[in-house]
Amino acid sequence: MDPVVAAAVADAHRTEWGRILAAAARLTGDLDTAEECAQEAFAEALGSWTGTGVPDRPGAWLTTVARRRAMDIIRRRDLLRGKLPLLAGRDAGDGPDAAGTEETFPDDRLRLIFTCCHPALAPEARVALTLRLLCGLSTAEVANAFLTSEPTMAARLTRAKKKIAAARIPYRVPGPNELPHRLATVLDVVHLVFATGHTAPSGGTLQRRDLAERALDLARMLRLLLPDEPAVAGLLALILLTDARRHARTDANGQLVRLAEQDRSRWDESEIHEGLELVRESLLRRPYSRYPLMAAIAATHATALTPGTPDWAQILSLYDELIAVWPSPIVALNRAVAVGEANGPAAGLAALDAIAGEPELAGYHYLAAARAEYLRRLDRHDEARLAYDEALLLSANDTERHFLAARRDELPPSDAPERPRRP
Amino acid sequence: MAEYMVFIWSDEQAVERSDPGTMDRTMAAHREFVSRHASALRGGNRLHPSGASTSIRHTPDGGVAISDGAFSETKEVIGGFYLIEAADIDEALSIAADVPAPFGGVELRPVLPTS
Repeated sequence: MDPVVAAAVADAHRTEWGRILAAAARLTGDLDTAEECAQEAFAEALGSWTGTGVPDRPGAWLTTVARRRAMDIIRRRDLLRGKLPLLAGRDAGDGPDAAGTEETFPDDRLRLIFTCCHPALAPEARVALTLRLLCGLSTAEVANAFLTSEPTMAARLTRAKKKIAAARIPYRVPGPNELPHRLATVLDVVHLVFATGHTAPSGGTLQRRDLAERALDLARMLRLLLPDEPAVAGLLALILLTDARRHARTDANGQLVRLAEQDRSRWDESEIHEGLELVRESLLRRPYSRYPLMAAIAATHATALTPGTPDWAQILSLYDELIAVWPSPIVALNRAVAVGEANGPAAGLAALDAIAGEPELAGYHYLAAARAEYLRRLDRHDEARLAYDEALLLSANDTERHFLAARRDELPPSDAPERPRRP
Repeated sequence: MAEYMVFIWSDEQAVERSDPGTMDRTMAAHREFVSRHASALRGGNRLHPSGASTSIRHTPDGGVAISDGAFSETKEVIGGFYLIEAADIDEALSIAADVPAPFGGVELRPVLPTS
């Protein structure tokens, strides 16, 4: 096979899959057939481009082929039987005769992502559908992202697509009344994909770059299609400002480097710059939603005048606003850390202990790790050691575990090894 | 268009404990709901308490096992239903969200088309 063609097809698959599938889905009215049409278009490209060369606009070429294939299937389907379950909510003009020159297909990815992230679908199904249908990940790749087996993931995807058809989950961008709430579920899916890539829940590497990059692609797509939504600008800013630190988060040996100790010359300048611009834009309109506030916190870290010493008072006040719009135990935990940095380790420890009873935090290693840090700063070394041990038991990421073990082993030898002090 | 079943789930003990005023307000809210969404409603009624329920399960040998009571093992049981017609799930959800259900919630289930 011609390596140039193979690379062009792989590149188009990465950048154009969602758009091609979305265009086909508008015609076929069901996602399975649309997937088939998109797959066949890519298969045809491999053969055809070898003979004719890679077209100037591979995406338009592939969309044309996928749409043609979709129309063939519709005609055959109409002949065979009346109708199949269709995606609800397509406009009257969405049939095979819908206008649309081959140069200017409407971008239907927004419809597709709102369908994939519909609140009537289980949260894990939303993420799986988005990675499969928008990003073009194979079922095996989606299964790998969630650490489940391929048959389990295949069954989950099939069940979700059946629900879309049976319950008539529409192929439509929600109206202005519904949009803020529905957009929030979409943004949560993209953020979850990014978070999973930024710090892999388990395994030998800290990051899963493939997932982080897919999340960045999705956030950029939403920004392109919803340019006036502050929540979208906020999510893209948050992802950029967090992702910009990716090279500085581990040292040459793959060991974790804390934010305060990171080499800022290794931060991605252009991502920081782009992220800061977007934060400013996302904070132009009140009330602030979740992602603009989280991005503002990331921006405060990124713009610290002295490396490692950001304006913790400002970060704490941003967390106070964040917890008002998003009262989650995880936010409370991060806020408690901000209390400690702004007001001293004793205040931080008190804030952490105040939320320690939250069931959602029971198995969460960051709580134990944060307690350990403040106990250490208060010279309560034996308690710190126990807290590091607890965090080590709860973390499944090897890079994080090495870091925690190293911090624990830096503590001075126990002064009462047989009977550790406990409050 | 499609038909959806909107189940009203209730904590029966809370229903029994409730004062007549709450009951009257809930019934009035239902009358209000019915008149507001008359064009979408295809049916609906309050159900007998779950003590009147009988469940049927098919057994592996091809027979049926009949048992007293509802399927649910949680505190909530189905206390009523509406049958509605809507273009898609978003329209159905917006109607279902209006169903008064102070003792639990509602469950929306697409009705399998008969044709």
